Amino acid sequence: MKKLINKTDDVVRESLEGIAAAHPDLVRVSYEPYYIVRADAPKQGKVGIVSGGGSGHEPMHGGFVGMGMLDAACPGEVFTSPTPDQMLEATKAVNGGAGVLHIVKNYTGDVMNFEMAAELARGEGAEVEAVVIDDDVAVQDSLYTAGRRGVGTTVLAEKICGAAAEEGQSLQQVAELCRKVNANGRSMGMALTSCIVPAAGTPTFELGDDEMEIGIGIHGEPGRERRKLAPAADIVETLTVAVVEDIPFEQGDQVLAFVNGMGGTPLIELYIVYNELRKLLDGRGITIARNLIGPYITSLEMAGTSITLLRLDDELTRLWDAPVKTPALRWGA
Amino acid sequence: MSVTSQDVRSWIERYAAVVAENREYLTRLDQAIGDGDHGTNMNRGMQAAVGKIEGLDDADPGSLLKTVGMALISTVGGAGGPLYGTLFLQMGTVVTGKAEIAPDDWAAALEAAVKGVQARGKAEPGDKTMIDALIPARDAFSGALGEGASLDDALRRSADAAEAGMEQTTPLVARKGRASYLGERSAGHQDPGATSSYLLLRAAADSLGGPAGSQ
Repeated sequence: MKKLINKTDDVVRESLEGIAAAHPDLVRVSYEPYYIVRADAPKQGKVGIVSGGGSGHEPMHGGFVGMGMLDAACPGEVFTSPTPDQMLEATKAVNGGAGVLHIVKNYTGDVMNFEMAAELARGEGAEVEAVVIDDDVAVQDSLYTAGRRGVGTTVLAEKICGAAAEEGQSLQQVAELCRKVNANGRSMGMALTSCIVPAAGTPTFELGDDEMEIGIGIHGEPGRERRKLAPAADIVETLTVAVVEDIPFEQGDQVLAFVNGMGGTPLIELYIVYNELRKLLDGRGITIARNLIGPYITSLEMAGTSITLLRLDDELTRLWDAPVKTPALRWGA
Repeated sequence: MSVTSQDVRSWIERYAAVVAENREYLTRLDQAIGDGDHGTNMNRGMQAAVGKIEGLDDADPGSLLKTVGMALISTVGGAGGPLYGTLFLQMGTVVTGKAEIAPDDWAAALEAAVKGVQARGKAEPGDKTMIDALIPARDAFSGALGEGASLDDALRRSADAAEAGMEQTTPLVARKGRASYLGERSAGHQDPGATSSYLLLRAAADSLGGPAGSQ
């Protein structure tokens, strides 16, 4: 294992110390228990938005804490859900009296821990709503699985709901908006290489030099199938067709196209992916009205990409365009 | 014969030691069908649990079990934290206020633990989860008591049933947790959660009853 770390046990803490040192104008970091919170939290009268999940997906979620996006993020150990005590403390830290929304990715551990945290927070008098994001079309048979995973749409939901909360929308409105984003967003990813969890020290899965995994999850969980490596055009077509035909996205739709890097894939390749995606959507009469390209929901050093499409309307477009100022996403502010 | 506070401590300490010994084994099982952190997470949680009960000299068995549950919930993370945390909290709640846990109380505690884990994780038997070790263990324990078995004997039969249940997870296709994303590819691997649950019940048999307990 070759990694820029000191000790495996210190990875999460030292990374948090780095974030705190780099962005004191935007965020504060609590170490007992771990959470990253907006420097100006709690904002009186504003709905607080809390997300969280295992570490190793940076910049999600800690990099999205700041004006116009998250109020707090709870990092777990690498690829391990955070714990209810973290979520409870983060919820209390951002509750400005208008209630708190938990945005939860549909992973068994994340869901259970956030459920316990919401029960505890309500027990202490906080108003809490939770929305589970489950946008990964790679998981087909929901009856016999833990359901579709929460992936790329999570980033878009955090941005859009953050903007709505900033405008002063109520907890019910922001939660409803989050469900709307989830209903209109779909994703699928693929991996060229595995990743190495620091504490494990060995690759999470084995993939031959000439193989790729289609439908990968963000922790290296396998997806639909393993295939021989193919040109970018073929890979993008596989992902795009699966995503487009799921909702389905149709001729005349305006979409936000999010081409995500898994951590080990350079931007030059992500732009090749975007170019192929653009051509495919053009051919189907689907218009890319907004885009986001880069590594935003990563899987450590895994090479690969995921494609997320979000069907836009005027409300979602306006909220996407609204100012945001976080360590990883900022415009208009 | 019944289970005292000292017995509960021995059980928790023994389980922590067993998890530490099997940390890499559990992680290897989890790498095959999950995300490769089960051994690491359970080890972190059990070390924390042992630390938390060290200071509680006068605590009754129920308080000790609840303390272990809270320690696991706040340190393990993943699905294991809420599930094992709930298991211990439920056991502790059933025996609240009792100076010792009688065999019938242990049966009730196991019953509550299984109910709590199922309520939290929504798993059914055959889903390839810790439930596949816990339910046979619960049933074997009650069955043994019903036949007039001693606590030692019932604990051993409970652990044996958990072991068989764990082994029977190997051919199953996972329907819960991250392993479920593998579909058919999850068959042929023993479930890591069922394995850590078996180790918990074997630790109970070894530390609460029988010759190993008197060591």
